[in-house]
Amino acid sequence: MERETKIAICNLYKIFGPDPNTALEAVKEDGLNKSDLMAQTGHVLGLEDINIDIKAGEITVVMGLSGSGKSTLIRHINRLIEPTAGKIIFGDHNLIECGQQMLRRIRREEMSMVFQKFALLPHKTVVENAALALEIRGFSDKEYIPEARKWLDRVGLQGFEESHPHQLSGGMQQRVGIARALTSNAGVMLMDEAFSALDPLIRTDMQDLLLELQEELHKTIVFITHDLDEALKLADHLVILKDGKVIQQAEPQTVLLEPNDPYIIDFISDINRVRVLRVRTVMEDIPEGTKVSCCGEVDHDDNLESVIAMSGGDTHKTYLVKDGSKEVGILHMAKLLKSLVPIEAPDEGIRCSGG
Amino acid sequence: MATYDFVFSGLGLKDWCNKDGTGSAGPVSMADLMAQSGGKEIPSPSLWDLPFPSMDALHEACAAFPKSRVLTKGLEQGFLEIKDNLSLVLDPLTQPLSWALSGTLSLFQETPWWLMIPLLLAVVMLVSRSVKLVGFVALSFALLSFINYYDYAIQTLAVIFVCAFLCVLVGVPIGIAMSRSDALQRTAIPVLDMLQTLPPFVYLIPLIFLFSVTEPKLYGIAIILYAIVPVVRLTDLGIRLVDKDVIEAADAFGMTNRQKLYKVEIPLALPNIMAGVNQTIMMSLAMVVIASLVSAPGLGVLVLRGIRNLELGVGLVSGLGIVLLAVILDRTTKLALARINAAQRD
Ligand SMILES: Nc1ncnc2c1ncn2[C@@H]1O[C@H](COP(=O)(O)OP(=O)(O)OP(=O)(O)O)[C@@H](O)[C@H]1O
Ligand SMILES: [Mg+2]
Repeated sequence: MERETKIAICNLYKIFGPDPNTALEAVKEDGLNKSDLMAQTGHVLGLEDINIDIKAGEITVVMGLSGSGKSTLIRHINRLIEPTAGKIIFGDHNLIECGQQMLRRIRREEMSMVFQKFALLPHKTVVENAALALEIRGFSDKEYIPEARKWLDRVGLQGFEESHPHQLSGGMQQRVGIARALTSNAGVMLMDEAFSALDPLIRTDMQDLLLELQEELHKTIVFITHDLDEALKLADHLVILKDGKVIQQAEPQTVLLEPNDPYIIDFISDINRVRVLRVRTVMEDIPEGTKVSCCGEVDHDDNLESVIAMSGGDTHKTYLVKDGSKEVGILHMAKLLKSLVPIEAPDEGIRCSGG
Repeated sequence: MATYDFVFSGLGLKDWCNKDGTGSAGPVSMADLMAQSGGKEIPSPSLWDLPFPSMDALHEACAAFPKSRVLTKGLEQGFLEIKDNLSLVLDPLTQPLSWALSGTLSLFQETPWWLMIPLLLAVVMLVSRSVKLVGFVALSFALLSFINYYDYAIQTLAVIFVCAFLCVLVGVPIGIAMSRSDALQRTAIPVLDMLQTLPPFVYLIPLIFLFSVTEPKLYGIAIILYAIVPVVRLTDLGIRLVDKDVIEAADAFGMTNRQKLYKVEIPLALPNIMAGVNQTIMMSLAMVVIASLVSAPGLGVLVLRGIRNLELGVGLVSGLGIVLLAVILDRTTKLALARINAAQRD
């Protein structure tokens, strides 16, 4: 099913430095890359020709290594950073051209943000922090406190409403951050490495919480991470960024099966593919008019590990794939095995050769 | 025959030197008089005794060359000339300060002690939330009142109250403006440095010329100029140090600049601002003692009396009174600061 585009980023460029426009010419005409531009003009190429359609109700994950421009990109979406060139279409507006008044309204009502370092107000209580967006909009505390409490309950923080942020653990502080974003009731949620500062177990909890909330709320989420596992777990649409450029964007399963850049191959070479790949990615269509005779049924969203467990290692078996009660395809174990053949990692790891 | 004769003869300026007569024209300084009365003989010039080619040394060689006293005299003259115009502007501008000072002074003094002391204790309690400190304040005031120093102490407090209040009222906005503009910060910092390093006595000199010594605003201005520096500096610093991530969050949720200032920047800078207020109060206290030279009332007057009349006891006891006030003011503001810090520890 194709969803409508909520935010379209078109030909976005960002160059840091004293004279970005001249540097932009150099990038567009001479095709300089990040390190060339740095060497020749001393400007930093933050983002280069970014085009992304962010679909409503999906989690779009932007992944890349440190310095690849992820934070720069997400800050363009609510224009915390001004671009050097390009458009960001949101509804009927180009955010880059809209006035301060309009921009403020969009930030207040349409977009919320969750930060890596939580960025809570230390002098306010948890419930006041969660209510921030409504308070800014001018609601009275009688209106915003119950709303904030509701969302704090929803993220599992009942009983901590009157605490101050410094009394909470990191994971709990980020729950406040999420509650704050939810209380604003904005359709778009921007999350910049929201879980990166948390330790692995808490992190998994938070990812589960986010997926659970998303199941129910269908927000349009842009999620930044440098962690592939996290990206694969959360993403409906995965954008991979390198040196300020998008090098691949697709459904995560596609990125895994058909990586189009040595950089990505290097990235995914450590991934446990059996756990991540889904039946629907490797199944085949049911041939016309055939009655499938097979030895079992699997769900289209199962991961391959569970199918292998079910088959007991027999590569001759074939399964019928179902989406609810609908038959959507067949899965040959031999095909499944093929999809697990690792894609050759380049001899030298890209991550190291970059320096 | 003076050391630097050769300079003027070399330059062919002898005529110009002797044009307006010989002998020392212009004002006579104390050193000249001493030298004259001493009637010392001119020693044979050796390189060891070579004087710096200063204005006075050059004057000796050339009568037309001005002495350094002419320079300072010129400054005086210049100041006296603009003085009238300056007072015309400054007088009405600063008049409210006189009113505030004399008003507060009479209010503090006319309130009977049995009302004033409990009121002070209540304020200390409110600000510091410390029973121990309130006890200390009660004891200190009982002691000061018992030895008949209550009036002086309350005068000092009244002056500090007005001046510190005005320092905060003016200093915090200046600090905020400085934190917003790098250009303003660059120009303001040398001025603040100067205000802080000038010896307090130096402030008094131009002020005495500008205002009459009997007016309260004279010492009011001196105190405010001296004590305003820390609150300005620390407000600027405090706001610049506010966590960039929190500011970004405020922007991302669509705060206006005004909302950001009142809901984020000032509250987060408050520990620093309060540290500035504490220093400002302490510096007001230091200055109010010195300002007794120009008729500031209070314990300073007694210290002065101690020095002038060699009344050792009076000087020492009033000094002790000042120390007590200093401890009280410092403890009270520090405890308030500690409370703010505890509330927003990260
Ligand atoms: N204000 C700035 N001035 C100059 N260069 C900048 C500025 N902000 C970012 N950059 C540069 O832009 C590039 C992208 O930075 P960005 O912070 O977006 O990376 P990131 O992918 O978020 O990295 P991380 O994972 O470390 O957060 C980096 O090379 C950085 O040095
Ligand atoms: Mg970042």
